[in-house]
Amino acid sequence: MKRHLLSAADLTRDDAELVLTTAAEMRALADRPIKKLPALRGRTVVNLFFEDSTRTRISFEAAAKRLSADVINFAAKGSSLSKGESLKDTALTLEAMGADAVVVRHGSSGAPHRLAHSGWVRSSVVNAGDGTHEHPTQALLDAFTMWTHLGESKPGGLEGRRVAIVGDVLHSRVARSNALLLRTLGAEVTLVAPPTLLPVGIESWPVETSYDLDAVIPKADAVMMLRVQRERMNGGFFPTPREYSRRYGLDARRMATLQDHTIVMHPGPMVRGMEITADVADSPRSVIVEQVTNGVAVRMAVLYLLLGGSEPAVGATEGEE
Amino acid sequence: MTASPSETPESPPSSDGRTVLDDRDIARALTRIAHEILERNRGGRDLVLLGIPSRGVPLARRIAERIAAVEGFDVPVGSLDVTMYRDDLRLKPARTLMPTDIPAGGVDGKVVVLVDDVLFSGRTIRSALDALNDVGRPAAVRLAVLVDRGHRELPIRADFVGKNLPTSLVERVKVRVADTDGVDAVTIEGEGDGQ
Repeated sequence: MKRHLLSAADLTRDDAELVLTTAAEMRALADRPIKKLPALRGRTVVNLFFEDSTRTRISFEAAAKRLSADVINFAAKGSSLSKGESLKDTALTLEAMGADAVVVRHGSSGAPHRLAHSGWVRSSVVNAGDGTHEHPTQALLDAFTMWTHLGESKPGGLEGRRVAIVGDVLHSRVARSNALLLRTLGAEVTLVAPPTLLPVGIESWPVETSYDLDAVIPKADAVMMLRVQRERMNGGFFPTPREYSRRYGLDARRMATLQDHTIVMHPGPMVRGMEITADVADSPRSVIVEQVTNGVAVRMAVLYLLLGGSEPAVGATEGEE
Repeated sequence: MTASPSETPESPPSSDGRTVLDDRDIARALTRIAHEILERNRGGRDLVLLGIPSRGVPLARRIAERIAAVEGFDVPVGSLDVTMYRDDLRLKPARTLMPTDIPAGGVDGKVVVLVDDVLFSGRTIRSALDALNDVGRPAAVRLAVLVDRGHRELPIRADFVGKNLPTSLVERVKVRVADTDGVDAVTIEGEGDGQ
């Protein structure tokens, strides 16, 4: 990670742990009367969302505002983007407005990479989800949540921890980013899905795979359920929703087989009754609401480390006092 | 957080530089500061000590121990990170944040004593005052430092000083405390860019 955060693979272990420790300080801010820091005063952050995503956009917006940055929201609907403007022309517009960072969500995999490396903009680019490719800040907030629960918030805290990621891996940018980042942090990842919902080339990922949820979850320290992305499905990936839930859904019976300390996660939005039942989602093991809170802290950490100084801190060494 | 700021020496006391305060001098200075704080405040009521990371935090803790020994009750101790409030934030690569830990009672209506190792330009203290402003509204803010080396760039002075240490700008004052550096010592080195 130099100027941009495009992929979880951009982060070295030191980078990732710096983001986590920084996020821990940002998280503490949420408990103070004035939830604002002056670090990005006078900087402009543009949220460029070609795809609808309320929760990610407001999370980035809250993060930038808590750091005193100016925020411009640029959504595809109702803007020139829906009139056929190209990514390049949009980028040039943002550049002309003086954006210091562009947070981009796009339906096509690789769009943030194009934006960052085309020479169209000088600003930092943060990938807020591109197609079925990556969503690095989601992976960071998931790692942060696991790190506070399972890793005592210490560097190396996720070493050897077992994480099961369950469900629609094929359409999930969250799964890919999580697999890469958790591996960097030393955790062992097992992807659990029906064969039809695992992507081609999965054997090159640094993960185990399994088709059998019941065999995997009793050993896991964290179980992350993924939403079945039916809007991206135009074929028969599984016979019926009911059969999917029976084999790959997390219900009270399966939750009873978890270890006492195991946490249940979901990147949201969840479909209750499909991949997770309501009693599991609302159980004390569930950290789903906490993930949302942590999302703001982690995004503050990323924006601070990218924009807070004269050059990004992540990857660079510390200067003199 | 594994705090390893750049001024931390890799190996313990590589005694380059002239030692101006040793462990006993530092102990005496902290004891005197503790007593001065109590006299000035007429007791330990409503005091909150906030150390400025990294060296200010263990110093604040030690002053608090001495106050507790005299008064018979604990005074709240915390830490206040000023990184995000620095006026040179933009001039250097983004820095690692240090812990901010405000004691449970908060600072509203309290007498806050900021504790730092070296008072130099005064810019760190200005940042600390800004940071404190976002935490609450103390009744009063005081400043305690182990070493005042002069060369102020802002109208700021310390209320409690361990030692006034006239220095030249090219000299470098290094404070080591047992908690993080394994030894208590204040040394001056001839070369360097100062703090």
